[in-house]
Amino acid sequence: MKYERDPERIRRVLGDKVQFIQGDIAVAYGGLLAGVGFFGGYPITPASEVAEGMARMLPRVKGTFIQMEDEIGSMAAIIGASWGGQKTMTATSGPGFSLMMENYGYAIMTETPCVIANVQRTGPSTGQPTLGAQGDMMQVRWGSHGDMVAIALCPSTVQECLDMTIECFNLSEKYRHPVVLMTDGEVGHLREKVIIPDEDEMELFERIPATIDKDKFIPFTNSQTRDSKVPDFPAFGTGYRTYVTGLTHNKMGYPATDKQKDHEELITRIITKITDDREILTDVEEIELEDAEIAFVTYGASARPAESVVRMGRKNGIKIGMLRIKLAWPFPRRVINELSKKVNTIIVPEMNLGQMVHPITEYADAGCKIVSAQKIGGEMHLPDELYKILEAEL
Amino acid sequence: MKKEIRICGFGGQGVILAGFIMGKAACVFSDFNAVQSQSYGPEARGGAARSEVIISDEKIGYPRPTSCDLMVAMAQEAFNSYRHDIRDDTVIIIDPDLVPNHDIGRLLYKVQVQKIAEDLGNKIVTNIAMVGAIIGIDDTLSPEAVKKAVIDSVPKRFTDLNINAFERGLEAGRNARPE
Repeated sequence: MKYERDPERIRRVLGDKVQFIQGDIAVAYGGLLAGVGFFGGYPITPASEVAEGMARMLPRVKGTFIQMEDEIGSMAAIIGASWGGQKTMTATSGPGFSLMMENYGYAIMTETPCVIANVQRTGPSTGQPTLGAQGDMMQVRWGSHGDMVAIALCPSTVQECLDMTIECFNLSEKYRHPVVLMTDGEVGHLREKVIIPDEDEMELFERIPATIDKDKFIPFTNSQTRDSKVPDFPAFGTGYRTYVTGLTHNKMGYPATDKQKDHEELITRIITKITDDREILTDVEEIELEDAEIAFVTYGASARPAESVVRMGRKNGIKIGMLRIKLAWPFPRRVINELSKKVNTIIVPEMNLGQMVHPITEYADAGCKIVSAQKIGGEMHLPDELYKILEAEL
Repeated sequence: MKKEIRICGFGGQGVILAGFIMGKAACVFSDFNAVQSQSYGPEARGGAARSEVIISDEKIGYPRPTSCDLMVAMAQEAFNSYRHDIRDDTVIIIDPDLVPNHDIGRLLYKVQVQKIAEDLGNKIVTNIAMVGAIIGIDDTLSPEAVKKAVIDSVPKRFTDLNINAFERGLEAGRNARPE
């Protein structure tokens, strides 16, 4: 039975408009509000609360929750359910995200809308399960094999965990692409105030269904009904004959593995359908940048101490500002390049040994000094630690 | 205004719920911002556990305390391990029955919250009595807001027990003096 999103029922299950909840639970709320009908997952710290929230709430809104045997199965299940016409989601952390890489690529190749919440921890391997990190910022971009692009969002607050999960679904439906919420154990386990948006305070994007005559339908090409590189979606059971494969396929979806042209055409389309919109997708927050001479470029949890340090620095007369990247991939190249021409130094605090600092260095002007501020071991920089790094660059 | 509060004890005592209630009282039932974070071992029970709350009338950046205004201890091990970074003027609140070795050469508030809970017939509300004691000693949050948060956060069939624990703790806190 197809899931029907019922806004009143969802709101009843979510409860009060203003709540004090964990980031992980806010992710589950965002999924429910966006209309997720199917969640397949496997519990893993620090992401388990997303699955717990879904297990508790999704059946009450008549959706389906399934605990799979592992993360490979979880990813496969949400891809299958998406082809059944539903909005689907899973949640995981480091080791589980590694296991998902094969089917993440499959979702990209088959243009399957779905959402993955990655509540990041560190590694390699099992690492520090209960602590947060920003361990997978490069894995989400490059972790599956072959040429591809990622769409990844990074919440810094619990409210953003909710709002950005909805945004992940919208982008996933719009581009027919697996979209990843790159949160982390720190924000995931933090409790903060959340305001649940009413129906008229949200914009939801639904995938465009195939409507053209069935004998004229071409499943893997530019839309036949709109000016878009994203094909209309022929959900299983709607009568459209569609062959879905991870092999390089021609426009009809049939394997075409030995022709250079077919592969080039397919991969170019599934990449440029997203990168053509890089400017539309760019989403950053600017804090005290108007007259800044030095700036933090941050994302996710590491924006929190950096914002405190901006306030400390301004009080002491330092012209420090901050650019917070909300959508990390596709990378906001223009914004970084413009910032790098304005400030002398960019400091990039991360809960890893330097990941996003690489694309920042790549797109920054050569005249701007880039400093990688690294902290591992499951903790953010303390504001004092970050302040010392700032002082050293003055 | 910004207040950083650390509540610590051993796993299973409900220190995380205690912090959660204070955060909820601050941002759902009062007009403050709050963040609550926690750390605990992999054990479900036992081991030192702590819950930290920041209450502020401004946007909260770094979400963990850097300089506790209030340190609350409900277990000896936690009192010993989570005290290293407090200031000279940090207000300390303990239950002397749970933290018997508390002579550290400075004044602290001693409230027998476990005894309050035992008198009410259920040790499980020790944490809620401690929340009452905190509100009796520190006036950042109003007792009404915290009471609403208690009612909102505990199972319905235990509302009365928890409210009694909260009020007895509140009274004990109001009567406590640093000693």
